Amino acid sequence: MAENNNKEAATFTVKAGLAQMLKGGVIMDVVTAEHARIAEDSGAVAVMALERVPADIRADGGVARMSDPGLIQEIMETVSIPVMAKVRIGHFVEAQILESLGVDYIDESEVLTPADEAHHINKNDFNVPFVCGCRNLGEALRRVGEGAAMIRTKGEAGTGDVVEAVRHARSVLGEIGRLQNMPDEELMAYAKDIQAPYDLVKQTKELGRLPVVNFAAGGLATPADAALMMQLGVDGVFVGSGIFKSGDPAKRANAIVKATTHYQDPKILAEVSRNLGEPMVGRQISDIPEQELIADRGW
Amino acid sequence: MNIGVLALQGDFAEHISVLRKLGVEAHEVRLPQDLEKLDGLIIPGGESTTIGKLAVAYELMEPLKRFGTEKPLWGTCAGAIFLSKDARREQPLLGLMDITVARNAFGRQIDSFETDLDVDVLKRVDENNPPYHAVFIRAPLIESVKGEAQPLATLEDGRVVAAQQGHLLATSFHPELTSDDRFHRYFLHMVDA
Repeated sequence: MAENNNKEAATFTVKAGLAQMLKGGVIMDVVTAEHARIAEDSGAVAVMALERVPADIRADGGVARMSDPGLIQEIMETVSIPVMAKVRIGHFVEAQILESLGVDYIDESEVLTPADEAHHINKNDFNVPFVCGCRNLGEALRRVGEGAAMIRTKGEAGTGDVVEAVRHARSVLGEIGRLQNMPDEELMAYAKDIQAPYDLVKQTKELGRLPVVNFAAGGLATPADAALMMQLGVDGVFVGSGIFKSGDPAKRANAIVKATTHYQDPKILAEVSRNLGEPMVGRQISDIPEQELIADRGW
Repeated sequence: MNIGVLALQGDFAEHISVLRKLGVEAHEVRLPQDLEKLDGLIIPGGESTTIGKLAVAYELMEPLKRFGTEKPLWGTCAGAIFLSKDARREQPLLGLMDITVARNAFGRQIDSFETDLDVDVLKRVDENNPPYHAVFIRAPLIESVKGEAQPLATLEDGRVVAAQQGHLLATSFHPELTSDDRFHRYFLHMVDA
């Protein structure tokens, strides 16, 4: 009998491993236990517990912070799927609190108001895994360097406009494509240029993908949006305001789950896109003043 | 040899990558017709509730049950839950293996772990049979093994984490997440037999 007292917890393999189990799935923003139940019943692989969806954070203004631990705990008690929750960029005490609650993943998120304008959380200090946003390869690899075990492209949350999610996914995936054709002697200068750790640049080139799972987020509102991001090459999707700001959340949630699985099958996509009711109203990115854009938060 | 991997959701790409390294034709399975011409099937890790709902929605339940009565089927983590007769809660199950499974039996993500296991049957693919390093992520536990099902691996406290019933195999852990391909070779051995 092998000894199990060499049992190791919180290794990077188990942190990144949970994200691998979420691949091909939809992670949904929920603000109540009731939402969480609808999300789980619709086939979500995980829920993101928060007080206000990004569209409301955007509309309400003010400082957006970690959610009430009571709410997060209620959601954890309601569903059997993993529960994620958000902390402000750099706010390591909010992260300590969420870790003590036992949430399954922490999102160090630009959707909340940043707490530190220079530094992100040292995520290696924690036993709970982190997901972080990025707009390009350099930003993604800086976050992985700090210990993020999962990456999501940022998009522009709370808009219902997928254009930024596409821009960020194309940026990350395009840079990886170029990196694969780059001679090894150019990697150090490239790492310097994109301000990313050299070892991670080298690893990304060897793998031909990010060293961790990469989801799309920010502005997805329809089954077709989810399938678009999957066809561009991400591993799965986050849908925030797009579900519970729509006319028929359960139906739309279920349709987006199906579209994420059958993303290469236009017939199924047509079928699931039928009669979904009103989508979230949405706000075109080009109409939003630059100071109100949140994807630029994070460094 | 043609092996399918159920690709409704989860880490199917990781299984396919191991299979291809072993020189096997590996195929993604999303619809009933994808099961044709397969010699064996793997149900990957993922969220068992999501995989179950999608299997129901795309009418895969009966075809998968039929496949499992005829051909080798292996479930890892969520896949093991899906193969079981009883997961102690309402969710779609194939009910092929005479095992009861407790979901998230070790706790939440923070309790996920890696450990070494002794797995006797791996002798069939490696005479030396060193300890098998297993990765458990929000893992289920095989609480009871009945009828023709046999335990294959246990933790040191005796709790069962792998079982076999004829040509059906269930593991609570994720052989697709490590570079040790012995469990995949063991499954291919089952398919070949």
